[in-house]
Formats: sequence, C-alpha cells, structure tokens
Amino acid sequence: MNRKDFLQLSAMGFGALMIPSSLLAGNAIDPAQALLEGMDVGMKKQLSDVALTAARAKGATYADVRIGRYLNQFITTREKRVQGISNTESFGVGIRVIANGSWGFAASNVVTKEDIIKTAERAVAVAKANAKITTEPVQLAPQKGFGDVSWKTPIEKNAFEIPVKDKVDLLLKVNDVALQGGANFVNSAIMAVNEQKYFASTDGSYIDQDIHRIYPFFNVTQIDKATGKFQTRRSLSSPVGMGYEYLNAAGNNKVTGVVTRYKDRYDILEDVKNATADVAQKIKAKTVEPGKYDLVLDPSHLWLTIHESVAHPTELDRVLGYEANYAGTSFLTLDKWKSKNFQFGSKLVNIVADKLQPGSLGAVGYDDEGVKCKEWDLIKDGVLVNYQAIRDQAHIIGLKESQGCCYAQSWEDVQFQRMPNVSLKPGTSPLSVDDMIKNVEKGIYIVGDGSFSIDQQRYNFQFGGQLFYEIKDGKIAGMLKDVAYQANTQEFWNSCTAIADKSDYRLGGAFNDGKGQPGQSNAVSHGSSTARFNGVNVINTARKI
Amino acid sequence: MAILKQDEAQALLKKVLAFSKADECEVSLKGREGGNIRYARNAVSTAGDISTITLTINSTFGKRTGRTTINEFDDASLEKAVRRAEELAQLAPEDPEYMPLQGPQTFKDSITYVPATAAITPDTRAAAVAKSIQVSKDAKLEAAGFLENTTSFDALMNSKGLFAYNTDTDIIFSITTRNQAGTGSGYAARGYNDVSKLDTFTATQIAASKANGSANAKAIEPGKYTVILEPVAAAYMMENMFRGLDARNADEGRSFMSKPGGGNRIGEQLMDEKVTIYSDPFHPELPAATWNSDGQPQEKINWIEKGVVKNLEYSRFWAQKKGVKPVPGPSNIIMEGGTASLDELIKSTERGILVSRLWYIRMVDPQTLLLTGLTRDGTFYIENGVIKHPIKNFRFNESPVIMLNNVEALGKPERTISVESYRSYLIPPMKLRDFTFTSLSDAV
Repeated sequence: MNRKDFLQLSAMGFGALMIPSSLLAGNAIDPAQALLEGMDVGMKKQLSDVALTAARAKGATYADVRIGRYLNQFITTREKRVQGISNTESFGVGIRVIANGSWGFAASNVVTKEDIIKTAERAVAVAKANAKITTEPVQLAPQKGFGDVSWKTPIEKNAFEIPVKDKVDLLLKVNDVALQGGANFVNSAIMAVNEQKYFASTDGSYIDQDIHRIYPFFNVTQIDKATGKFQTRRSLSSPVGMGYEYLNAAGNNKVTGVVTRYKDRYDILEDVKNATADVAQKIKAKTVEPGKYDLVLDPSHLWLTIHESVAHPTELDRVLGYEANYAGTSFLTLDKWKSKNFQFGSKLVNIVADKLQPGSLGAVGYDDEGVKCKEWDLIKDGVLVNYQAIRDQAHIIGLKESQGCCYAQSWEDVQFQRMPNVSLKPGTSPLSVDDMIKNVEKGIYIVGDGSFSIDQQRYNFQFGGQLFYEIKDGKIAGMLKDVAYQANTQEFWNSCTAIADKSDYRLGGAFNDGKGQPGQSNAVSHGSSTARFNGVNVINTARKI
Repeated sequence: MAILKQDEAQALLKKVLAFSKADECEVSLKGREGGNIRYARNAVSTAGDISTITLTINSTFGKRTGRTTINEFDDASLEKAVRRAEELAQLAPEDPEYMPLQGPQTFKDSITYVPATAAITPDTRAAAVAKSIQVSKDAKLEAAGFLENTTSFDALMNSKGLFAYNTDTDIIFSITTRNQAGTGSGYAARGYNDVSKLDTFTATQIAASKANGSANAKAIEPGKYTVILEPVAAAYMMENMFRGLDARNADEGRSFMSKPGGGNRIGEQLMDEKVTIYSDPFHPELPAATWNSDGQPQEKINWIEKGVVKNLEYSRFWAQKKGVKPVPGPSNIIMEGGTASLDELIKSTERGILVSRLWYIRMVDPQTLLLTGLTRDGTFYIENGVIKHPIKNFRFNESPVIMLNNVEALGKPERTISVESYRSYLIPPMKLRDFTFTSLSDAV
C-alpha cells in the first residue's frame, strides 16, 4: 500500500488506530510474481547459520535472525471506477543481537552470505555502542530451541491466487448494489497480506511460518438533499487471519436480528444491500437525547472498546514507561497487579490473551523471538492478574518464560512487545441477545465500530458506532443518530451486568494498530459475545457550522 | 547512493524513459537517508539507520496505466521494470478519469535542503540525546524521547519532457518528562529543516518545567472555557481541517466545505476575520517543495483569507470537469497571527485554561469536522492574567471550524510539528472562547 492509497483509505473513514508511515513500505510487483516461491527453506537455514555464527564471532551472547518476504495486495474502487490495484513485495533480513548486555539491530535487503555477515557485524557494533550508556543489562527469559518447525495459517483459498479480475468484479458488483439501492457514493476495497517469515536463533530454533490475512470492506454514503447532510454506513466485516474463503458465507455464518451480522465468514453483497437501506434510515433517525443509558454492545463494536481500554493498558512496556513519549503509559501500574485485588471490572468480566484462536489476526505458531504461542488470563473474575510480556520483560513480573508477544511488522523493523488477541470470555449461563435486550428499560444497542479516542493512560474514552438502536422497555424502538458514549475504563467494566453466551461469540479486529517510534503496525483480533453495560454517559454529537 | 544529485537523477530517468514503448510514461525517483534514536527511562532503548532509493514507472496505453517499482538500477533490471509496467497497463481496466501527462513546466528552486542537517551522524544524534537525558536527570525526572533526521530527494520525468527535482532535509525531536510519582508530565516537540535550530537542551528544560508544574493537578468542572492553545496543540487540532481542503469532496456534498444545497463554500465567510491560512513553499521558516507529485508548480496560495474560503484543491480531473484551473494541494500550511507572545496572551486572560498539548484526536463527524481528543502534559488554570494552578486533563468535543469562529487573539506564529504525523506547520498560539470540554480524565 502506498501513501496515496492509505490516505484514500483514511478518507473512506477507516481511520488508523495510529498511523505509522512504515505501514506503507514495500515495492510494487505484479500479481503473478507474488505467486512465485520465495527463497528455499534450506537456503534460509544456511544463511541464518551464517548470521548467527558471524554475530557470535563478534561477541554476541545471543542472536536471532529473521528472513522475511512480505506480500500485500490492495484493490480500491469507488462507484464504477477502479481507483487502484497495488501489489507490493518486501524481502530482506533483520538481525538482532545481545552484546555486552545491550540489544543491537541491523537489517538489509541484500540477502547474500557476504552481506548477512556485514549486517550481523553492524548489529553487534550497535549493541556495543548502546552498552556504553546502558545501566541495566538485558535479562532474557530462557527459551528452548524447537529445531526445524513450521506453521501455516490454515487457509482454504490463498487470496493471492484469486485473479485480480475476480476481486475487481466483486467490488464493482458491491458498488452497483449500493448505487441501485439509492446510495449517492460507495467505496470498496480488498486488502490481502501474506507474511512469509523464517526465524532462527542461537537457542536452536529454525521456524518457518506462512501467515495470511484478508480484509474486504466498503463504505456507503447517502446525502439528504433536503438538508444537505450526509450519513455513512460501513461494512460489518472484520479483518481476519484467513484466506479468500472468508468471502463465502453460509446460513450458519449469519447472525440475524435487527441487522444481519457475520460470524467467521462474510457475505459482502448481502451486507452492502443492508447498508444501503440502513444509511437511508440513518438520515431519518431520531437524534439522541444525551444522558445515562444501558448500552448493549455487539461484538462488531465491542472489539474496539476492548482493544483500547483493556488490551493497551495491559501492555507491560507501556506500564514500565517505554512508550511514554508516544502512545503513553498505563493506569494498570504494577502495584495494582501486585495487590491481587484490583477490581478492573465486575465479576462477570474475564479477559484472556492468546495468539491461538483460529481465524484471528494474532494467530501464529511462534512469535518473532521464537516463543511458542499460548493463552493466558489478563483479567479473572474482574481482577487484574497479568500483563503482556516478551522475553526481556518476563522477569519483571516474575515469569519464568515469555508469553510470546514479540512482533515486528517487517524484516527491517526491530521486534518488540505487541498486543496478542485480547478477548472477553462469553457468559457461562445461557443468554441470548434478545433476552438481554428484554431486560433493558432505557438503553441503546450499538452495532459496528465508529469514532474512537482514549487518553494516554487509558482512563477516559469516547466511542461512536455504525448503527444505534433505541431500546425502550425491553424492545427495539427505532434507530438513533449522533450517538457517542464517554466513560472511565474501570467504571465502565465494573458496570458490565450481562454477557451473552458462547453461541454469540465473534471476532473483530484491526490491521493497523500503531505503536513505537518509528511507528510499526500490528494486526490483532478481539473476540466477545454481546455485553451489557449499565448507566453509561451518552452525548449528542450533532453540531452546526 | 540513496541521495542522487540533480544531474545523476536526470541521467538515470532519461535512460529509463528510453526503454519505454508506451503511449505515455512517467518515471520518478525517491531516495531517503537518515537515522533515529529512541530513549525511555533516561536510557537509550533503540537506534537505527535507514537508506533507501526507489524508482517508480507508470506506463499508459490509452487510458490504461500499469505501475511498477524497483530498487535495482542495472540496465537489464531497468528495462525489465519498464516492460513489466507496460504488461500491467495492458491488463489494467480503463481509467475514465485518466488525465494526459503534462509537458515541460518551470519550477523555481526550493530552499528545503540544509547541508548541516544532511551531515548528521549517529554521534550527533547521541550527543543531542545525551544533553536531553542530563536535563531530565538533573531535574529528577524520567525522560522518554525520540530524535530522527532524514535527507531525501525526489525527481520526476515524463515522456512529454517534464523534469522536476528537489532535495530536502528534516529533523524532528520530541521529549516527554515525567516525575517519579507519576503525578506530573511535560512535553516538547520540535521540527526543522536546519539542525542548527534544534536545541534539545532548552526543549527538555521546557518539558521538565511542565512536568514539575503540572504535578498535583486540581479537578475543575468540564464545560465551555476560554482556552489558550500552544502552537503544538493548535496545529494538531487543525490538522484534519488542513487535510480536508478538497473541492471534489466538497462538491459531492460530503465535507465540511460542502455548501448546504449544493456546491462548495468558496467565497463564504466561514471563520473569524482574524483567520488567514495559506501555503507558501518559499517561506523561509517553513520551506517546501516547489512542485507536487503530479508535476504542477507550487506557489503561494491562500486557503482562508480573513475568515473567507478563498481556494480549495482541484485535481486536474476535477478542474477539467468543473471548468476551472487545477489547484495543487497545500505544499505547507502557514497560519497568520499577531505579535503577542504566549505570556502576553496569558496576561490578557481574566479566566481561562492553558493547553500545552492535545492527544488522540479523532473525527466524530466529518460533516461539521467535530473532533474529540484530550489535553495532556500540562493543563493550567489562568486567573487574572496569571497561571494559578495545574488542572486535571479534559476530553474535548469541538470542531476547528467552530473554534476558529471564536478567536479572541492570535499570537506570534511558531514552527511546530503535529504530534501524530510529525509534519511541520507554522502556527500561532491562539486564545479562543467557548472551547467545549465534555469530561474529566484521570490521566497524567
């Protein structure tokens, strides 16, 4: 994706969670080339051994090497026009070492024996330079070597093998449905990602991974000629760790109700038809009366609230101050965790971290420092019990091994602590969304994510959405507009009074969670069932200029 | 290798064009060299060096365009890349909005390149950061900061004889200092073309004084207040507006620049008459490239003049459709101000709030440009012309368009950077009435 494409994406309303410019890296290639086999695994192993040996010879006490080939495809359209077809490839090697107790990193796009030696030596030189002003040497949690292993996203159809024409035809059909339905404008796009990553370390791991992600989406706009005002409705799709099969939805992938939502697979043509009807209804919707409401939040909305208010503040590097100058720190300080009684949420709230869930963006076999992926509790029965850590942080929270949260967006970026999937566990007693709504006197049911903002310690947040339905005396009473809710993270999660059961559990997520300086992008999913939060402050966002 | 001189770039691009068999061909080069250093908890955490150069080829047959990019420069690779772009063009759908390439244009030389900035080494970066860390340690604070310098060049040539070249240097620095109790935090950010203007020592002293001054903040009720936004806060608040100056979006009815009933707001008094916003690539404090990626010359242009919308960006396609001249997007953004210093703005304020920095600004409603975000790193209550005490941070919901109708006074413009995009702007500190804070935040 180039900068222009990305700005176009932002203009469509898909605001980045943060916008690292490095997300836009990569060289354009043609689609046929993307299908070519990358470097042979045996060759990668040989070159990795060259790097590890060279690093050790210069004095490294630990080294890891990542040889990566990163493919992206991004097709954008508006109305009857294809705006862009972009294929990019980025190939190279990144080498990270510890020497004299400090980290060093260097990368090169020339992956030959001679150049790899030079790159390894540069990494050691950087480590030794940093060591001169380092006061605390790196403490790396032990990690056993896995030998030669591999992992692949269990896809059914490689998106890169689907002809570009098929994707263009699908998107133009999406646009046609919207225009036929009365929309004034429609943008649509498909993004596909393939990370071919090889990792080797002095611990004795040689890990070959092939990771796939896809994100189809659209945005429908309708203008009210009478008032000159416009409304939009975005797709209810999610970016997922799947192949092109994500776009083949069957009946059991559909969650019916006031609006159809999708589980595991997505029907883009059905959703755009619904969106076109929704946007017309949105124009006529009643503007919200500000005040306290009980909120019923669909997983297509709640994922972003989980992302901002639970997943970010439990990142250990933020807690320790490493992100203070950009993303910020965290209110979940170590003393709250040590107390073992910090009531983050109500007793119903159980939040887990994992890099395992099938179809999730975080799912991989091993992280970017050779740790096998797992699942662990962050919030148990409402109490803060853990954080997200990597090998050089594990000792700070008394862990004997890393939780496997290390990730770099590319071979040329240094790996650091990034968010795994962070998800709210479904309720344990049977509860449907309809039954949940039946008990709400004055509430709002919110579907889809919208505007989002949270402070640098993750206390105060504000979220919008795509669709807002008024709940009156246990019944959906029609659509609302101009809705946003504001809350304090701890008060909000303690106001959680009901969570639907596992039959409603779905994943949402983002391709573009930004962190670090220079910025790096991370793809992450967040699962939940529909949940209810009592007495949340809702504001009206309508203004006149 | 990453930074080619003008004659080197011209020779290379000519060679590439010579391989072209397409109806039209446009080739461009982009090179970047530089490095960064990051620190936290008063110690360096990461450091890196970057050097890249990329050639992009756009080949067009009729209205079908293929694009390819390459970073290998031997003759065989260049020819292969041109052929690939041509093959892709044959496969591409027709673009109904394709505009034929432009012929030769005259571009003035820019003043964006400063040799001293291009000469920065890892040692220069480390020395600048060491000064900052020392200030923080002396003040018993914890520093987290980032410094990055970039030297870049861009060159563009097409089969109709257009050629353009520019070099640019840039250095950005940002620093956050926090007290050990976590009750005070301060920030400063700087961005320049010329490294000799960067003073990491003084910037860190400012951040340190904000960190100490913001400790033990008191809560006051959210509501509408007179605010003084420092330039770094004002620039970030207005950045979404600067990105929204596109005539097509406005004419299509989906922008804050759309006129109710159709068309756009050119000619309309949209803001207070103290507001004048323009671009000028030759401004000595904020130089910019003198041409855009479409090969159009960049000149001085007013966007808002005395509160009236004067111009919007017209792409070549939209200009043709509307029968007007194309207007390239902003080369840079400069907002006029007055002569008052920040201190003078504070002195003239009976009751108000000084905002040092804003954070996590996101669009709530693109129609009115309603934004939400928070104050951060030093928010202070002003009474009778003096800062009385630090106050807890607020969330705001406010539109920059509404805000710029409520201007009390503008101070002397300063070069500042956006805390999210790191882009530089020339923006005055501003005193505004009725700025809407909607809730309190416990964040420090």
